[in-house]
Amino acid sequence: MKILAPVIKVKEIAEKHSIKLVDKTLARTVKAGNFLTEIADAFLFMTRVTRETFSRQFEFREFLNQCYQIGYKTLPLISVTGIIIGLVLTIQTRPALLSFGAVGLLPGMVAISLIREMGPVITALICAGKIGSGMGAELGSMRVTEQIDAMEVSSTNPIKFLVVTRVLAATIMVPILVLYADALGILGSWAGANIKGNVSFVLFFSQAFSQIGFIDFLPALVKTFFFGAIIGFVGCYKGYTAGRGTESVGIAANSAVVLASLLVIIVDLIAVQITDML
Amino acid sequence: MTIAGTPETASKKAENPEQVIEITSLRKGFGSEVVLSNVSLKLFAGENLVVLGKSGSGKSVLIKCIVRLMEPDEGKIIVLGDDVVAMDRSGLGEMRKKIGFLFQSSALYDSMSVKQNLEFPLRRIKRDLTREQISEKIEEVLENVGLSDAIDKMPSQLSGGMRKRISLARTLIVDPMIMLYDEPTTGLDPVTSDEISILINEVQKKYKTSSVIITHDIACARTTANRIIMLLNGEVYKEGNMVEFEKSDDPLINSFFK
Repeated sequence: MKILAPVIKVKEIAEKHSIKLVDKTLARTVKAGNFLTEIADAFLFMTRVTRETFSRQFEFREFLNQCYQIGYKTLPLISVTGIIIGLVLTIQTRPALLSFGAVGLLPGMVAISLIREMGPVITALICAGKIGSGMGAELGSMRVTEQIDAMEVSSTNPIKFLVVTRVLAATIMVPILVLYADALGILGSWAGANIKGNVSFVLFFSQAFSQIGFIDFLPALVKTFFFGAIIGFVGCYKGYTAGRGTESVGIAANSAVVLASLLVIIVDLIAVQITDML
Repeated sequence: MTIAGTPETASKKAENPEQVIEITSLRKGFGSEVVLSNVSLKLFAGENLVVLGKSGSGKSVLIKCIVRLMEPDEGKIIVLGDDVVAMDRSGLGEMRKKIGFLFQSSALYDSMSVKQNLEFPLRRIKRDLTREQISEKIEEVLENVGLSDAIDKMPSQLSGGMRKRISLARTLIVDPMIMLYDEPTTGLDPVTSDEISILINEVQKKYKTSSVIITHDIACARTTANRIIMLLNGEVYKEGNMVEFEKSDDPLINSFFK
């Protein structure tokens, strides 16, 4: 028996560990399963939204309302951000260019970096924060308070009324906001250049635009449509599929911002790679 | 509070006028948890059927299955002669036009005023109405629920009882043939609860609706019920009228009524 005792103990320990291992493996499998389910759900949701976008009876009035909410109501935030980006970019770049005697390139350099990258990405990230979280929270609270169900039982298609209008409005308004931010960024850059120098408005803008080509402008504009669609889709998806409890609203808003921001960065990387090949 | 105007529902006829809803062997579960295991019931034209049961007994799931806000796992649901489970999206939309659903949380659209809340289903279901007819209809239903002066208010400015009434007005505005009430008096004080219960009866008389009323409020059941069904463990435990339930010796039923 004395010889058997350690063997039994080892067996017990082995069983205990193997159970833990099975539990851990199961938990990981469930997590992986949930992740795949989420992706499948998102894909099905996107398919449904796309189908409803091209079906009859477009909710034009709600679409205009969403354009107003997304576009006009984000203008102040984008205005401040756009001016500050241009200003900061100029203030930080000017000394380096001055040391090379290349300060004359400042307007063109700032304009290119704003139009190609800074304007679209920063505007999209701000929109992901404001618009994406707003959509997530709004639709999430509508789900929790049964407003989406009420819409459905009153023979209104909530995907068409709530989601399609928001996704389309975001897809159209984000590029417009980016163009507006670019313009204000260049204006801010001119203001920055005038803090320690004296450049006329006309000269600064003509120098800036002389450096910008078609290849700087078009790909940057195209990717902003994708940014808008991503922000709208992620915000709506997270809100529409929110759980039943009130905490789900916070989770929906938060995850909408995080996921939309991440996807904007990833799409930007892909867009840069594609542009680079052109 | 009085009911005014002429209902359009009087001219409507179900395929089977005596039996507007028939549910057979309905089963609904969430994962491994079975909420409704074998529910069968009938709703007859013009009656108020009260469904009683403890919290979590599947009462709300039952009426959500009727309008397919939740998909039943098994069973048959016949509404006005049509099989709801087999309906496609457009058929479901048409069927839902004939049903009014009063949600437990009232479910008023927060971003819209009372007037816009009432206009919303009307513009979608009765597309041929003129602007004047829509305004008349809104005034009529608001008068019917005793809240004519709330027309320009936002839902956030309304009390719980007022929200319930506006929500009721929103369902009545499209002249439904069937009303489904999900806990209509939950969260309301006894006086307001009584007012809502009386309003449910007035709606039944005025609009000639057939109603399923989900509740665990016995006072509401007393006021509104023509017939009562009690759910227990996902099945129909007892069916009868108020007198039968009140005279029952069953301790479980007594715990509800006494």
